[in-house]
Amino acid sequence: MADDREPPPLFDDEKPDKKEDEDDLFATPNEAPKEEIKDEPASLPTEPAQDKASEDLFAADDDLFGEAVKEVDTSKLRRKLTEDVDDLSPPLTPLEEPKPLIPTPADSSKAPPKKEPPKEKVKKYSQAKEPKPLIPTQADSSKAPKKDASENKNPPPKEEAKKKEDSQTKEAKPSKKEPASMAKEQPPLKPMKVSVDLHPPKPGEGEEVDLDSPETEGPSSPAKMEPDSDSSPLEAPPMAEVLPPAKPVIEEKPKPTPAPRKPSMEKSKEEVGYTSFAQIEEEESGDQFALDIKVHDPGKIGDGMGAYMSYKVTTQCLDFGEEKKTSIPAFRRPSMTVTRRFSDFLGLHEKLSQKHTHIGRIVPPAPEKSVVGMTKIKMSKEDTSSTEFVEKRRALLERFLQRISLHPVLQMDPDFRDFLEQDELPRATSTSAVSGAGVLRLIKGVGDTFSKVTIKMDESDQWFEEKQNQVEALDQQLKKLHASVEALVTYRKELGISTSAFAKSTAMLSNSEEHTALSRALSQLAEVEEKIELVHLEQADNDFFLLSELLKDYIGIIQAIRVVFHERVKSFHNWQNAQQNLAKKREQEAKFKQTGKTDKIAQAQEEIREWEGKVEKGREDFEEISKTIRTEIRRFETNRVKDFRNIIIKYMETLMNSQQQLIKYWEGFLPEAKAIA
Amino acid sequence: MMDGLDDSPDLLAEDDNKSETPTYDPRTESVDLTKDDTLSIDISDALSERDRVKFTVHTKTTLPDFRESEFSVVRQHEEFIWLHDRFVENEEYGGYIIPPAPPRPDFDASREKLQKLGEGEGTMTKEEFTKMKQELEAEYLATFKKTVAMHEVFLQRLAAHPAFRKDTNFRVFLEYDQDLSVRLKNKKEKLGWFIKSMSQSVDEVLLANQKDADEFFEQEKGFLVEYHNRIAQSTKCADRMTKMHKSVADSYIKLSTGLGSLATCENTELDKVFNKVSECFEKSRKLEARVSSDEDLKLSDTLRYYLRDTSAAKDLLYRRTRALADYENANKDLDKARAKNRNVQQEVAVAEQAQQRACEKYEHLSELAKSELQDFKKRRVGAFRKNLVELAELEIKHAKALNQLYRNCIAQLKEEGRGAKAQPQ
Repeated sequence: MADDREPPPLFDDEKPDKKEDEDDLFATPNEAPKEEIKDEPASLPTEPAQDKASEDLFAADDDLFGEAVKEVDTSKLRRKLTEDVDDLSPPLTPLEEPKPLIPTPADSSKAPPKKEPPKEKVKKYSQAKEPKPLIPTQADSSKAPKKDASENKNPPPKEEAKKKEDSQTKEAKPSKKEPASMAKEQPPLKPMKVSVDLHPPKPGEGEEVDLDSPETEGPSSPAKMEPDSDSSPLEAPPMAEVLPPAKPVIEEKPKPTPAPRKPSMEKSKEEVGYTSFAQIEEEESGDQFALDIKVHDPGKIGDGMGAYMSYKVTTQCLDFGEEKKTSIPAFRRPSMTVTRRFSDFLGLHEKLSQKHTHIGRIVPPAPEKSVVGMTKIKMSKEDTSSTEFVEKRRALLERFLQRISLHPVLQMDPDFRDFLEQDELPRATSTSAVSGAGVLRLIKGVGDTFSKVTIKMDESDQWFEEKQNQVEALDQQLKKLHASVEALVTYRKELGISTSAFAKSTAMLSNSEEHTALSRALSQLAEVEEKIELVHLEQADNDFFLLSELLKDYIGIIQAIRVVFHERVKSFHNWQNAQQNLAKKREQEAKFKQTGKTDKIAQAQEEIREWEGKVEKGREDFEEISKTIRTEIRRFETNRVKDFRNIIIKYMETLMNSQQQLIKYWEGFLPEAKAIA
Repeated sequence: MMDGLDDSPDLLAEDDNKSETPTYDPRTESVDLTKDDTLSIDISDALSERDRVKFTVHTKTTLPDFRESEFSVVRQHEEFIWLHDRFVENEEYGGYIIPPAPPRPDFDASREKLQKLGEGEGTMTKEEFTKMKQELEAEYLATFKKTVAMHEVFLQRLAAHPAFRKDTNFRVFLEYDQDLSVRLKNKKEKLGWFIKSMSQSVDEVLLANQKDADEFFEQEKGFLVEYHNRIAQSTKCADRMTKMHKSVADSYIKLSTGLGSLATCENTELDKVFNKVSECFEKSRKLEARVSSDEDLKLSDTLRYYLRDTSAAKDLLYRRTRALADYENANKDLDKARAKNRNVQQEVAVAEQAQQRACEKYEHLSELAKSELQDFKKRRVGAFRKNLVELAELEIKHAKALNQLYRNCIAQLKEEGRGAKAQPQ
């Protein structure tokens, strides 16, 4: 019978063609990726040019830092003068900068936990007569902690130390960046943290006591060290490192600069205390005090092209008044509401990233400016798309603030708190120029040089290489997924719209249906479909606000991470440059010695010392930023896991609820359909 | 029935077998035909050759008019159309609603989509491509089955009709085992057809003011015209709705594969979450696709069939109105003939005869039309009832399945979340 004939013929006819097509199709995608891969390396050679440009920039940076370093190191240099004579023998070795380069980063990562290996290396290196400045400091940093711990107990002050302190505090005053970075310098030396830990609890109680304690402690260290070891050059560096932790407390006096509206000593001191407190917390990855931030009541202010949107920002300190957190610099009020406009948010982001990005902190990305969306609002079109736009942006701004508030360091930032607290905020001027697009362009430029530079970095730290690859892969996948979700949102919205159209047409049909029961059933069907339309639209909103926005936020955060990675590369370059310069200076000095130009030797040695300081500073900065980034990435990943898990579950619940509603509606309709007779 | 089709190892067939609802049939049952063993027709097989579809029409009968009791012939779509036109052109059947002709097999949309998919293959992963292709093939098969079903329904309705089943052309169509050598209409004929349909619609407009003494028909006319417009609108909207639903289901594919590949590059315990959700979307896409295809079968297709049936009923009313107009004209002619030439008896007699014929035709038509329209209404209500009930049942079934699916997924995610939290500490 014909029954035996299969429908496949249906396809058979087409299959030959199709298969051929497939083959072709499969062939192309295989080739395509290859080409892409080829492209990448091809683009690399073009980069060095950019690289140089950025190096120049770094060189400029060096000068800025240089001064600071110079002053700190003067004492060290003085002592070293005597020692440096020994260095005459290996004048050419410095040329081999690559060597120290590689081991040191590795050391830096190992140094804090294990003190033994670095020491061994130090010995080896000094035997091999490697450039000293690098190594001694390394040794110091590993030795210093032990001493400090004991020093803290015997406090005989020393003048020199005090002077240094003063000079450093002075330096700290002018630029806000300095204290932040300095304060952060303690982490590599683990034991140092102990001393920091001791302070914060105090600020809560007696203010003046605090002020004294660091000073008595600070001076103590040199005093102890001098009698302890005669190898004086070793001492200076630890000194420099001892100071920073104490500084945040000393800073109280200059502090009014960042928070000029709060001249009271108490207030500023509290802040200082908390900064370190927060850092400790960060280390422990414990909970910080929580802020509940809501952005609400978006409103249009003004008319025409000058119009802008303003938002109300309400902050609630959830832990306000709670015992264990009372020492936290809670705000003046447990709850406050301020009015902010969009550019204020951008301004906040700008300020935060200026302060924090360069030391490796991931600042949550600010929302982008949207010319189209704003223009619509300015034209005062009260259509759905503009209300949708405003709602999207409101949610975006809220998440932006919440992300900052969750960051243990950023939540303490005076600018952030002013943003939440101050009634009037100085108008952010630069922000209009620094629109989202501008930032993106900047980041893109950074990204280009980025890949090239990373290749150098790979050797130095596997962890970073791995993380960078992971982040890149994640970025790619998130972007793809985001596009799919966007498509889903569009389709589901259209489904909602078409369902609504069907409901209307069915209602019409039911009107003209002459059979009463059928007419009734059709009008019921129309009602059901109307409800289903709402289910679809609501679900589309959920698709968007939960899933799509989550992905988009993370794509933005990954951008911020890239920037931070790049900052590390920059820092690495600074350090490397300093080393190269140091090598050059040494070479010069050797030449002078060979040629017998004794008058110039002194100056050359001075310069060497100066560059030694810079190398040291560069190394510290690099270690610092690497460490911060590690912490930040860990935080990012913990938060990401939490965020994704929570939101995905929430999202799945919305899907489930939608289906539950559908069940309800259709079950309501079934008897109506059965009633048709 | 279409065993051959169902044997194919495709997705739909597999699902059909699994289908728990006994009433579920992949085909539209727009017409509820009372079973009559005397003449039963089905399309046992269908073949697609290039742009041509060959239907194997299988007939089983106890009627003495047929030479055999069981036989099969191969027919093409054009032959169905030919058969339909024979009925339309036959004046004898003027009083009946002629079952609407089956729509032309149209797989262009599916083919086009497949081609588009091929072009866009580079933009998606192999997995996505395979899934999309499967979807399209399933879609193609569904369209094909639907086409076959529409042709079958057409024949079945003819077979069930007391007048049509006796038609000679119909018998020839069923019995003659050779090609009926029906060619496509040539240009001239097409033009003629076009002019005819144009003149009909013009006529319809002219006849719109035709006074009808019969209230029933007056009402029916108003109803059908409006109903036709609205059901057309409804069909369009329903089609769009099911199409969008399918798009939503299809977009789950990308979501699922996207989550899957996200899981592979994930370095935290989130990979499990992504895999779970990916799996969940893969399942839910199948269910959503079923929702879409069921809505299509139960809702859109019912609407579509009655759109065409309404159109056929409208044609019937047109024919009746035409007859009425003819009758009235004949009356006028008779009056004129009587008034003009009292003496010429012959002329009057001719007019009388014409009037008589027109009257008879009209009355006959009206009588048949009345019962046909009532029949139409009954048929419509029955089909709507059946399909709406089934639609609601299927919607509930799918929504419950989806609900359960999501519930399980959430439970697993939460379970896993607790495990993950417990582990590190």
